[in-house]
Amino acid sequence: MGRRKNQLSRRRHPVITVTVIAIYLSLLLGLALFSKTLFRGTSKDYFVASHSIGPFMLLMSVFGTTMTAFALVGSTGKAFGTGIGTYGLMASSSGLIHAACFLMIGIKLWAIGKRYGYVTQIQYFRARFDSKAFGYLLFPILVLLVIPYLLIGIIGAAKTIEGVTMAKGPHPGVFPEWTTNGAIPPWFTGLVISIVVLTYIFAGGSRAAAWANTFQTIVFMIMGILAFYLISDKLGGVGAAMEQAKDTHKVRSVEGKAGVSQLTFLTYMFIPLSVGMFPHLFQHWLTAKSAKSFKLTVIAHPICIAIVWVPCVLIGIWATGQLPTGTNPSAILSIMVAKLVADPLIVGLVTAGILAAIMSSLDSQFLCLGTMFTNDIILHGSKKQYGDKQILLMARGFIVAIVIIIYLISLILLQQPKQHIFSLAVWSFSGFAALTPLVIAALYWKRATKIGAYACVITVFISWVTFFTLSGFGGEFHVLGGITPAAIMWFLGAGAMITGSLASPVPSEKTIAKFF
Amino acid sequence: MTRKRILLLIFLLLIILHQDFWNWDNPQLVFGFMPIGLFYHACYSLVAAGFWTLVMKIAWPTQLEEWAEGKTNSAEGGTQ
Repeated sequence: MGRRKNQLSRRRHPVITVTVIAIYLSLLLGLALFSKTLFRGTSKDYFVASHSIGPFMLLMSVFGTTMTAFALVGSTGKAFGTGIGTYGLMASSSGLIHAACFLMIGIKLWAIGKRYGYVTQIQYFRARFDSKAFGYLLFPILVLLVIPYLLIGIIGAAKTIEGVTMAKGPHPGVFPEWTTNGAIPPWFTGLVISIVVLTYIFAGGSRAAAWANTFQTIVFMIMGILAFYLISDKLGGVGAAMEQAKDTHKVRSVEGKAGVSQLTFLTYMFIPLSVGMFPHLFQHWLTAKSAKSFKLTVIAHPICIAIVWVPCVLIGIWATGQLPTGTNPSAILSIMVAKLVADPLIVGLVTAGILAAIMSSLDSQFLCLGTMFTNDIILHGSKKQYGDKQILLMARGFIVAIVIIIYLISLILLQQPKQHIFSLAVWSFSGFAALTPLVIAALYWKRATKIGAYACVITVFISWVTFFTLSGFGGEFHVLGGITPAAIMWFLGAGAMITGSLASPVPSEKTIAKFF
Repeated sequence: MTRKRILLLIFLLLIILHQDFWNWDNPQLVFGFMPIGLFYHACYSLVAAGFWTLVMKIAWPTQLEEWAEGKTNSAEGGTQ
């Protein structure tokens, strides 16, 4: 009898964690229903929230969108493998480069979008380069580059929940009879996360995403700090935690798999440029009420990055003293939380925070794909007049199709022994970063032509596919002694843009007068 | 030298300062727990925020909003 009671108590431990997560997801759906009451029912409100988002919500939604599984799960896993160099590779450089992109690209695109009523990047590029066909070239490439970004969200969520709910010590896990390790199976987590995100995007589009992102960003920032405090406390304080970590991870010199070369560190500066071409960020920028809304985003973005990344990188370094070297990098954060934070309630809250970071990116990405498909493929050039209801139906239908495809691909990738979220994300970012010469030239170079634009996009696409294939389809890859492919692709793209433009006739006076 | 050129120079200086090769193999811990290479970059993030605050004050594109609303005809003034 006593033994049975003890077994039940052990079973209840992860069940409490799962209940907390379920409550969090329910709260999120409740928020979606609330945001639905603010939805104006028009396609403009669905796609860009009728340009009504103020400074704080813009900061939270833009920051929440850029900080995905990559920031929490990926950074901890990367720090576990590489060490402190992880922060300089992506976080501190992003503080400088992201903000520069928000200021130099984001505000300008917001102004152009507001003046001419654009809701997607492709609408702008088509008009700027006076080429309808350009949109049909760019659309599939943008979708292709968003796919790895979406995949890391689903995989990150699945691995996090698996790490938290699996059997540990005396606890048999949530479903000891269902799965071999007792954990909630990754396919189930992926399915639930996809359905929750779909539900609140369906409810209110861009506005719902902005509300949900604001809520989720606050949650994951607070929970990240809480996880940091509790883990360090369990390890005997921050000093003791660092003492137990491997010395190779406290410096950047290359030793074995730890460390980072100076050439790699330098050329990684190109990767944060990706925010200049993210289609989902373009859509978030267009939700801004005024240009002044960007001020807080530009200033506070580097600080918000530090608040999230410093604790995550430290947890990854501490994990080198706690976990075996071969541990799956995507599961480091969840294992550290589950292993060291004994209270199932706290584990549930911290896990909800990780899911918040992941979903706050997934929603914007799904939404932007639906927006692009509807506006750039279906509505563009169509002679038929569609009503708002029909437009929304098409956008939602495409989002469902994309979610199903992403979900099926994630099931295949989850069968792999290790999923390196950081590397996979970097490939997505590298492609977008390499396309930034296109948007920079479009905005600031009157002489930029459609031939230059075509040359840029085709060159970047070919070079991306080449490097991605050479990497073994998503692995970490450097060339010429440590140069990251993003830097090479960026220069190739810029070279093609300049050469193509100079070799073709100048844009028409009308186009120049419209945009400059 | 205009204020905007000074800001551009500071931006380039910040890019150079990001490559803190002098901390590369320094194992020193700041406050007894933070590797100096990480501490430096955490401070760098704060400096970046300070820099962007300065940019907002000095080089904010004031005319861009008017152009977006259709009140002026040239976008170029707004991008300066």
